[in-house]
Amino acid sequence: MSAMSSPIEIDDEAAIVARARLGDAKAFSELLRRYEGKIFRLALHITQNREDAEDVLQEAFLKAYEHLDQFQGQSKFYTWIVRIAVNQALMKLRKRKSDRSVSLDETIDTGEDTVAREIAAWDENPEQRYSREELNQILSSAVDDLAPIYRAVFVLRDVDELSTEETAEALNLSVPAVKSRLLRARLQLRDKLTRQFKRKGEDAFAYM
Amino acid sequence: MLTCRQFLDELSDYLDEKTDPDLRSKLEQHISDCPNCWVICDTTKKTIRIYKGMDPYPIPADMHARLMTALEHKMAKKG
Repeated sequence: MSAMSSPIEIDDEAAIVARARLGDAKAFSELLRRYEGKIFRLALHITQNREDAEDVLQEAFLKAYEHLDQFQGQSKFYTWIVRIAVNQALMKLRKRKSDRSVSLDETIDTGEDTVAREIAAWDENPEQRYSREELNQILSSAVDDLAPIYRAVFVLRDVDELSTEETAEALNLSVPAVKSRLLRARLQLRDKLTRQFKRKGEDAFAYM
Repeated sequence: MLTCRQFLDELSDYLDEKTDPDLRSKLEQHISDCPNCWVICDTTKKTIRIYKGMDPYPIPADMHARLMTALEHKMAKKG
């Protein structure tokens, strides 16, 4: 510990991870409590099946516990466990669709999907028209309509707010691959949400 | 003058403020001339904002309990 405590400020999380690595069960439970919701949500978006997502959640944390000594501490703990969870989730998908392999690294068709179809201004505060529950439903089903190769990139980058580099690391993709997927995901979601949130009637084109 | 297609290709970097100043001013010129791209830019910005930082719901208590049981089992084995 003493070698690590030289910086003026020790990141709270780095300290928790260090304690967990020394076998402190409470410290590992704290990491689990912090990230179980996010890992479950990500697993659910990739597998689109609650049972599979729960399996992924368990497998990811058990594997993380088992291999904690391999975590280098150069990246965030979250980035590291996302990588484990994504691998588990892809394995589930492959098992389910045993006839074809599933990968986040498929080449993407760069044609039609960046073309914006719905062009209309939104209501001033569309969020306020809906309850939190309804809004959540709208937002997560829009994500679920995306192709699998876009979902994980979008959730990590724009919902969990990882950097492009961290997202690339977590998903084992190149930075340009993350960027092109993110652009397409954002444009497709914009299209879907515009159908929900656009101003009605003439007002929709008031910007012209 | 950029085409709409070229504008859309750069939109993500533009919104993340990752474009160099020269390209940035070309993009800004484009949206001031093109109402459709202006509205796409504006609603994409709103799309990103509405998702940002959305906290996940806590996982159900029984799911958390199963996860803890599995972990305790693992810890006991590892010693």
